[in-house]
Amino acid sequence: MIEIEGITKRYDATTVVDDVSMLIEPRTIAVIVGTSGSGKTTLLRMINRLVEPSSGVIKLDGADNRSLPGYELRRSIGYAIQGHGLFPHRTVAQNIATVPVLLGWDKARIKARVDELMTLYQLDPEAFGPRYPHELSGGQQQRVGVARALAAEPNVLLMDEPFGALDPIIRNKAQEDLLAIQKRFGTTIILVTHDMEEAVHMGDKIAVMDAGKLVQYAKPAEILAKPASAFVETLVGASEKPFRLLSLGRVRDAVEKGTAEGEAIPGDASQRDALAELLWSGRPALPVKGDDGKPLGRVTVDGLVKRAARPA
Amino acid sequence: MKEAGIKTWLPSLLRLALVVLLVAFVTNPGWFEPLLKPLTENNAPAIYNQGSLLTLTLLHLRTVLIATVAATIVAVALAILVTRPAGVEFLPLSRSLVNIGQTFPPVAVLALAVPAVGFGEKPTLIALFLYGLLPIFENALTGLTTLPANVVEAARGAGMTGWQRLTKVELPLSAPIILGGIRLSVVISLATATIGSTVAAKTLGEVIIAGLLSNNLAFVLQGGLIVAALAVLIYDGLSAIERYTARRMGREAE
Repeated sequence: MIEIEGITKRYDATTVVDDVSMLIEPRTIAVIVGTSGSGKTTLLRMINRLVEPSSGVIKLDGADNRSLPGYELRRSIGYAIQGHGLFPHRTVAQNIATVPVLLGWDKARIKARVDELMTLYQLDPEAFGPRYPHELSGGQQQRVGVARALAAEPNVLLMDEPFGALDPIIRNKAQEDLLAIQKRFGTTIILVTHDMEEAVHMGDKIAVMDAGKLVQYAKPAEILAKPASAFVETLVGASEKPFRLLSLGRVRDAVEKGTAEGEAIPGDASQRDALAELLWSGRPALPVKGDDGKPLGRVTVDGLVKRAARPA
Repeated sequence: MKEAGIKTWLPSLLRLALVVLLVAFVTNPGWFEPLLKPLTENNAPAIYNQGSLLTLTLLHLRTVLIATVAATIVAVALAILVTRPAGVEFLPLSRSLVNIGQTFPPVAVLALAVPAVGFGEKPTLIALFLYGLLPIFENALTGLTTLPANVVEAARGAGMTGWQRLTKVELPLSAPIILGGIRLSVVISLATATIGSTVAAKTLGEVIIAGLLSNNLAFVLQGGLIVAALAVLIYDGLSAIERYTARRMGREAE
């Protein structure tokens, strides 16, 4: 659990982060969204003390984050940044091993961990381990960056626009990979982004920041349904709202009784994908299948449209 | 296809030939006497005869090596100091100090140093050291201040201490640029070391000066050519190391 209590950061006369308090539950993903200059990155960097707050306290599992020297604290917290920041003079394996080496793990344990992470990220340790970062594609570099952040099995992972430099297709894949890995390791993730789409997709909770202040901190559905201010409303995008709301729900939750013609859509797909498919193919209903391939029922345009309406 | 082949191996072949020629000349200068004889007058000796060319070459190299190592240590240490938060204030001061070292002519340094430390190798070392500081310092400064910001950020975020960042990330990443400075400094020193012989330092300058005093073109030429060959070879060798380290980092060498 991460408790942020009354955190303020001032540079001379300008207040970059203004009295922010929030609580991040363990094993969840909190996404901090805001425009550039909103203080979101500064807030993130105060958690691992790359920036020291002017006032306020941050507690990790109850312990003040100032109870350790900064560098020791940072070894216990994963940190992944935009443009990956891999060390160009070190191989992929050496990059991933950075924090374990700093912590003095023995060689066998480091190798086992590096191999595990590389396999998890679909990078063959034999083939990619000895390569240098510039020999990888952008998507591979990004994966190595996240693998490096996760190498020392941190409970907390901080990510600063980690997918910002990726093209849309690779970004989607990277987001899915991160969700899967978060489930697997139970890591608490705090992710900074300016992309509301990414926030809604990834976040268990979303924190919206504007001019250093925390404007709203709530579940994605609530942010969409009840934006706390005109700023949040703009950030969500008025015309996108219904679709974002649908993207939060799974098709299996919108299933109605009955059957329909055509290719079945998996129950795990998002309701937005189902609506898009319906609109595009001009059909009123689609069959739905479960994980085992058995039919669950159908989804209809009417049913989905009702779900996309503003919640009461 | 064939022409491209020639282009790639011709430079290496020329370098190899130069090494062989240089080694042969300093170890067995007698072999080259017929070549140099036409440059002499009145039956003067064609090959330097007041000492071994090999010894002089090795002493010349030793002087340059000592001066360059000292200049590298001081210049890099200074560059590290002024790029730490605590040392930023000293940046202008150290810049002007190093610049003075460069603007002061080595001959003047020799003249001033002799009364203080006597004749011989010492004044030459002082002159070469001062003269070699600037290129190394400026390059080290450039290297340490133009590191990719997100890499430095990642090093901090991973929990490296200041010392670990310096030794594991900042210095290795600036190595190609620092090497470039050392290369410049070495080549300048190789040439400048010859004037050390005016204050009795044992360098190849002795051969050139002997030639000038006795109006013997063969002496002047052999001393100059050995220095030139050394400079070319060392310049090439250091460039190759620079390219290797730069390529490993995925950067193109200049």
